[in-house]
Formats: sequence, C-alpha cells, structure tokens
Amino acid sequence: MYATNYHRAASVSEAASLFAGGAEAQYVSGGMTLIPTMKQRLAAPGDLVDLRHIPDMKGIAIDGRRVRIGAAVTHAEVAASSQLATVCPAVCRLAGMIGDPHVRHMGTIGGSVANNDPAADYPAAMLALAATIVTSQREIAADDFFTGLFETALEEGEIVVALAFDAPEKAGYAKFRNPASRYAMTGVFVAKASGNVRVAVTGAGSDGVFRQGDMEAALSANWSTDALSGVTVDPGGLISDLHGDAEYRANLVKVMAKRALAAAG
Amino acid sequence: MAKVTLTVNGRKMSGDCEDRTLLVHFIREKLGLTGTHVGCDTSQCGACVVHLDGKSVKSCSILAVQASGSTLTTIEGLAGQGDMHPVQAAFKTHHGLQCGFCTPGVVMAAVDMINRHGGALDEETVRSELDGNICRCTGYHNIVKAILAANAEMSASRQAAE
Ligand SMILES: Cc1cc2nc3c(=O)[nH]c(=O)nc-3n(C[C@H](O)[C@H](O)[C@H](O)COP(=O)(O)OP(=O)(O)OC[C@H]3O[C@@H](n4cnc5c(N)ncnc54)[C@H](O)[C@@H]3O)c2cc1C
Ligand code: FES
Ligand code: FES
Repeated sequence: MYATNYHRAASVSEAASLFAGGAEAQYVSGGMTLIPTMKQRLAAPGDLVDLRHIPDMKGIAIDGRRVRIGAAVTHAEVAASSQLATVCPAVCRLAGMIGDPHVRHMGTIGGSVANNDPAADYPAAMLALAATIVTSQREIAADDFFTGLFETALEEGEIVVALAFDAPEKAGYAKFRNPASRYAMTGVFVAKASGNVRVAVTGAGSDGVFRQGDMEAALSANWSTDALSGVTVDPGGLISDLHGDAEYRANLVKVMAKRALAAAG
Repeated sequence: MAKVTLTVNGRKMSGDCEDRTLLVHFIREKLGLTGTHVGCDTSQCGACVVHLDGKSVKSCSILAVQASGSTLTTIEGLAGQGDMHPVQAAFKTHHGLQCGFCTPGVVMAAVDMINRHGGALDEETVRSELDGNICRCTGYHNIVKAILAANAEMSASRQAAE
C-alpha cells in the first residue's frame, strides 16, 4: 500500500473541508472496498477521510412508511433491524446476503451505493425502490444517480449522507452469488408500490445496474411468475466473462426475477 | 506517523505506526500477538478475524488508525486463566483443525456467531456463517461439529446460570 494520511471526521461539514484541503483525497467508510483496493495499489489516496464516526450518518429512522438509512449504517445493522423488517424485510434480507459476516460488520450502505460496483447488491434495491440519495449538497433520485460502471452522479467531494425511500407494498430480492467472491452474478430486486412495479437488475449489465422495462410492464399488468415467463430478456448489453456469458446471464435475470417475485409474495 | 491506542484483550496498549499500517500488522508486529494470521491478500480467507468493539472483522482490511480508540479481542484473549474457551476446547475434542493456520480466525468467527445467535444455531446457519473463513484442510465438517457442540455447551451453562 502507498503512504496515506488518515483523518477522522466528526461531522459531515468537517469531512467535506478535510477532503477539500487534502491531496488526492478519498473518503473511507467501512473500507471493505477501498482498503483491499489500496492493498493492491489500485487506489492511492494522499489523504483518507474517515466517515465512520459521524453521528448524523448513523441510524435507521422509520416514520410511517418512510425509511431513512444513514449512509454509515453497516450491512449487519440493516440485516438485523427488526424495525426495518416490519416495513421492508426485502432490504434486510438483501443486506444479509452481502459478502460474509465480517464484511457485513464493517461495510456500509453509503459506501456500497457511492462505489456502484456493477455486481453490488444495494444499487438494485435503491433503483427498484426509487430511493432518494441524500448527499451533503442535494437530493438525487436513484434513476439519476447510477450512471455507469463504478460511476455515479456524485460530484468531487460530495458525501452520501443517507438513503431514503417509501416502503413498498411488496418487495423481493434474489441473487445468484458468485461462490468465490460472493458478489452477484445476477441479482434482481422487484418492488410494487401503489400499482407501480419496478424491477432492477445488478451483476448482469455491462453498464452496471439497470431497470428491466419489459418485466415492469408484464408485472404491472399481472403480478405473477406467469407474466415473467412471457418476457424475453435480450442478452445484448449483458456481461460476458469467465463466470458466464451474456445468454447465460439473460436466463439468470429471468430466473432471479421469478425467485424475487416469489420472495415478495 | 500515528499513535494508535487500543484496549487489547482487556489491557490498554498503544504504539506508533504509519497511517497505512494494517491492523493485523499492528497486532502482530507492534503488539507481538502473532496468533492472528494473514492467509490472503484479497480480504477473503478470514485467517485474520478479530473482534473489534465486540464484532468479528477482518483485521487485514482495516487500518490500525481506523481502529484506534476501540476495544479489540484477539485469539490470545479468549482463554481464561489456564482454561481454554469452550469453542477452543470443542475444536480440540472434535478435531476441528488440522494444520491450524485458519483456526484463530475460524474460532473468532465461531465465538461471534454463537454470541449473535444466542443458542439458536443449526448446521445450515453455521455453514452459511462460515462464508468468510476458508479452510484448506478440514473440509469444514469437524469445524461445524465443534461449533455446534460449543454452542450447545455454552447455552446449557447460560441456562444453568439463569
Ligand atoms: C470479501 C468481500 C465480499 C464482498 N461481497 C459483496 C457482495 O456480495 N455484495 C456487495 O454488494 N458487496 C460486497 N462487498 C463489498 C462491500 O459490500 C463493501 O462494504 C461496499 O462495497 C463498500 O462499502 P464500504 O462502506 O466498505 O465503503 P469503502 O470501501 O469505505 O468505500 C468505497 C468507495 O466509496 C466511497 N465512499 C464511501 N462512503 C462514502 C460516502 N458516504 N459518500 C461518498 N463516497 C463514499 C469511498 O471513497 C470509496 O471510493 C464485498 C467485499 C468483500 C471484501
Ligand atoms: S488475511 Fe485473508 S481475509 Fe484477512
Ligand atoms: S486447518 Fe489447515 S487451513 Fe484450516
């Protein structure tokens, strides 16, 4: 690992000013993506600004159906939240499928969303739930946030502070894990809120997470696996790699969508 | 350079290190506690698992400065005065290790899962909870047996105490 200077921020504004004053600065939350990347010398931040101890970025707040998860909340905390489980258990189950117990004790929802790994789980949930990404500067709709492989609408130095969404009537997530990395080879999140259905796919798209419009239309008309059987998934634009080619992933999208629907009930 | 202060296995300890020093290297090289191992450079094997503020984490993927101020338990801190921790004893009884390289991390992971599940552990849960620990020797079977046996013993003694 290259040398770095560590700073621990006590507030969002302090973090932003430490970042602005740093050289090639980068934020670190759980570090479950960034530290391994630094170990491989694929990242070399001159200054590292730790967001993990900022009180405003912690905690899960639920007001009726409105959910707000602080960006520094860990995957383990989301998975174990009985409060969240009463309004949106699919998100708890998704968090419990990320990596392994030790990764879940450190990794955060904010770090995962900001990183936008094409095989990460949370981006699918955020997109399907039409979540709002609350940052240090503004609020960004999930539809505008995930812009490509490891790319987001975040500006230099902008901090994800919280994720907010309305708990849907029904939601489910199914993931086909890569058995070695535990990331999604394909993951599908389905959500139904006041008749409006959204289906988001992770792990399969060459440009990262995306919405599956044909499945959304089919499920809006008929919320059943039969409706999904009639949808053809185009392998164009899907990932081909040593784990599986685009045709294989196209099939996985359909199978995972059916399992997600079954999980949603 | 940074000064890192930690409560390690109940004792306050501190040392100087570079900001880039990984917690596992701080534990092994500055504190001299070499029970915590490094088995990979991809954050996947779990040989380095310790408890940070009571939760299992991979000490190879955390900087020592990130952990500063926290409470740390390493494999050396599990046993009481001369007595093995019930999980350690169960690994011995059920032959839950062969070469022993993965064992400190597996035992720390086992203690964490038993704490979190409070007695409600079955084989399937143990196997999925072991996702973050790789063992090249045992085939996991005896590891699972040892964890279930330790869990049963620990719940029995918890109930006896109540
Ligand atoms: C063995 C292993 C298995 C894994 N398996 C999975 C898996 O199955 N599914 C999955 O989805 N993920 C998986 N992960 C990744 C894990 O979920 C990470 O926790 C997550 O991707 C990043 O969160 P973090 O808090 O650790 O972020 P960090 O590593 O701290 O940061 C990641 C990036 O986001 C930036 N960042 C962090 N927080 C913020 C913020 N609040 N605002 C703006 N920018 C920020 C950082 O600068 C950095 O560029 C795995 C990781 C490991 C090591
Ligand atoms: S040394 Fe392999 S996960 Fe830490
Ligand atoms: S006992 Fe040898 S690696 Fe597990």
